[in-house]
Amino acid sequence: MGGKPQWAEIGHRILTLPAVIVEPLMVGLQRLLGIKRMPWVFLLPNLVAVIMFCLLPVFINVLYSFTGSDRLYPADRNFVGGMNYDVLLSCQNYLDPSSCTADLFWRALRNSLIFVPTQVVLMVTVAMIAAICLNRQLPGRGFFRGVFFFPVMLSPVVVAYTWQWILQRNGALNGILSGLGLPTFDWLAVPDSAFAWSIFVTIWAHMGFYTIILLAGLQSIPKDVYEAARMDHASNWRTFYAITLPLLKPMVIVVVVLCIIRSVQTFDELYVLTGGGPGSATMLIVQYIYEVGFAVQPRNFGLAAAASLLLGLVLIIFTAVQMSLSRKSQNG
Amino acid sequence: MRNTLKLMSSAALFLVGGAVGASAGEITVYCQDIAVGCGALEAVVADFEAANPDDKINLELVNYQTILESLPIQLESGAGPDAAIVTDLGGLSRYYLDIAPYGDADMLRAEYAPTLPWLRGEAPTSDAINGIPLSMTVNGAYVNATLFDQAGIAMPEAGATWEDWAEVTQKVAEATGVSFPMEMDRSGHRFASLAISYGAELVDDQGQPVVDEGLKAAIEQFVAWHEEKVMPMDLWGAVGGSTHRELFSDFLNAETVFYFGGSWTIGKMDSEVGDLFDWKVVATPCGPAACAAMPGGSALAGFKNSKNPDLTGRFLAFVGQPEEIAKIDLYAKEIPTAKTLIDEGLEYTDVSAETQEALSTFMAQIPKIPETAYRFQGWRYQRAMMNAMTTRISQVLNNEMDVDTALERIKQDVELAIQAAGGSN
Repeated sequence: MGGKPQWAEIGHRILTLPAVIVEPLMVGLQRLLGIKRMPWVFLLPNLVAVIMFCLLPVFINVLYSFTGSDRLYPADRNFVGGMNYDVLLSCQNYLDPSSCTADLFWRALRNSLIFVPTQVVLMVTVAMIAAICLNRQLPGRGFFRGVFFFPVMLSPVVVAYTWQWILQRNGALNGILSGLGLPTFDWLAVPDSAFAWSIFVTIWAHMGFYTIILLAGLQSIPKDVYEAARMDHASNWRTFYAITLPLLKPMVIVVVVLCIIRSVQTFDELYVLTGGGPGSATMLIVQYIYEVGFAVQPRNFGLAAAASLLLGLVLIIFTAVQMSLSRKSQNG
Repeated sequence: MRNTLKLMSSAALFLVGGAVGASAGEITVYCQDIAVGCGALEAVVADFEAANPDDKINLELVNYQTILESLPIQLESGAGPDAAIVTDLGGLSRYYLDIAPYGDADMLRAEYAPTLPWLRGEAPTSDAINGIPLSMTVNGAYVNATLFDQAGIAMPEAGATWEDWAEVTQKVAEATGVSFPMEMDRSGHRFASLAISYGAELVDDQGQPVVDEGLKAAIEQFVAWHEEKVMPMDLWGAVGGSTHRELFSDFLNAETVFYFGGSWTIGKMDSEVGDLFDWKVVATPCGPAACAAMPGGSALAGFKNSKNPDLTGRFLAFVGQPEEIAKIDLYAKEIPTAKTLIDEGLEYTDVSAETQEALSTFMAQIPKIPETAYRFQGWRYQRAMMNAMTTRISQVLNNEMDVDTALERIKQDVELAIQAAGGSN
């Protein structure tokens, strides 16, 4: 009993030791710099991190996009002006990738422009349905929550190999179909089918994460609002449309934003599952950048940098539009 | 406090001293764990260290992806190991250490005359010895002999054409109910065999890409086989970009009559097929121009970045002696590159009769390899051409473009790659 205050005292001294050391230093700094400049001293560690890991890489990327050669050091690379952008943007008809010099870039961009909205809409819809189901008093609700969330914990490569094993010519799905006397299909060898399965697999792998966020949002909606709706004989659809959706809106916006970011970044699952094929049917923009910059020899860092900057530009425009829309809806 | 400082200073000095000591008589070699890898080098390293007690060779086991993707970046940034077993022989040539001053250069040039130019990149005619070619791999066809027996159809003799094989394997597949007559790895290297057989030059003697009628004929034939279901879409049709894909498991599971792969899978055949069915490696199918197997292989290369070029050079020159190379190739069951061993032949122990025969068949293809194939293999931009071929052929198979457009794109892709590299060596 008697030792307790002693230990508390020691703990307090240990915890306050940094402050004791730093305080005279800060006082000295404040005298030297003046109080107005002191916020910058506190911001400095974070500023250094942001400059080192965010701004500097962007600056290097811009630099690389105006240089050629497969050498790594900027000093060894030769200035080529806008050549990489010329290669990427040279098209007779921007709606027809085959008329472009960098046809694969445009095919990948087109695929991404179809993949991202389709996947995001389906992902949010499916995650919403799953969250609503899991929010009800179902038997084995905990088990099903686990089932939905389990794929999120898997490595993307494991996800891709698992689905490749299921979907390949001699895979599990065709095994089941064949066992039932139904015709089999080469799911990953036909462009439309491979694209559809790519969307399905990425939704399967990530929907658990968004379901959990939406479920948390659903559980934060007060029950008495629903009771009032029931007393007013509101239908299920009307309840969902007039109560659930508006109250869940902040969470839905978070989910949509996260989902778009993840969707644009999609690479690993599809790279392993289809390698961007059949042909270029499932090649997304990130795979194109990876292939140009790292997978093929000689490595074309300049073209990859230019492509990633163009992608960044598209994302900035997209984000600005989205922010403007969400601001309008908040105000309205 | 003073004691602590002393202790820390001593530790720092010890570490620095250790590092200096390490650079004096110690080098690191990256190697993988398949085919010719760390295991194959161990006996040779033991011999070298016994003959040079002051020197130490550290074999560092890394995966193949590290050698393909990380090693070039490490070398470019001035880091990396002193030496490594590499397979992109010409692509890394600017980092290689010329070991001619460190050993019996005349012997090495005589033993490895056909393969040393592969390591010289854009200067194939120089007399630099940029590494030791450890093993020769050869493309080739595995055939399921049991299926031929069951179908009662005779196997084509050596000298048979690609069309002969397509025709006869179709009959065998029909008679036996096997899924596919023929399969080929999705690899530009494998396709190059077919292309050169059909007369494709691929690269001229000035190091410029060549897209010609031979390549066009090969692509047209290849596409026709996919349309006629002689070949499945799973390999070349279902994949995109530069992704390498093989389905050798189809051959191991007797789902295809004919599989065009290479000599490096012999070990797998030996261990996994056993006596499940009879198989054999057949002479490379012929085209109108040649019966072209593509050569390939791995080499032990030292790097200019090495802090101990003398030891690196001496070690590589030691490895290059035919008796040491023999130990490596016997261990890995690979085909030797040293002229003495090719002339005398290697007797592989503890392998089945089928494997021994397959190795002999592969070795018998080496003298028939055309000059075009050697030139393509040693070209610095070979990978750019191979990636372009795999990408564009897959697009043709999926009706994204026709053959003529694919040929234009292949040429454009390679020219862009050469331009991007600044034509530098």
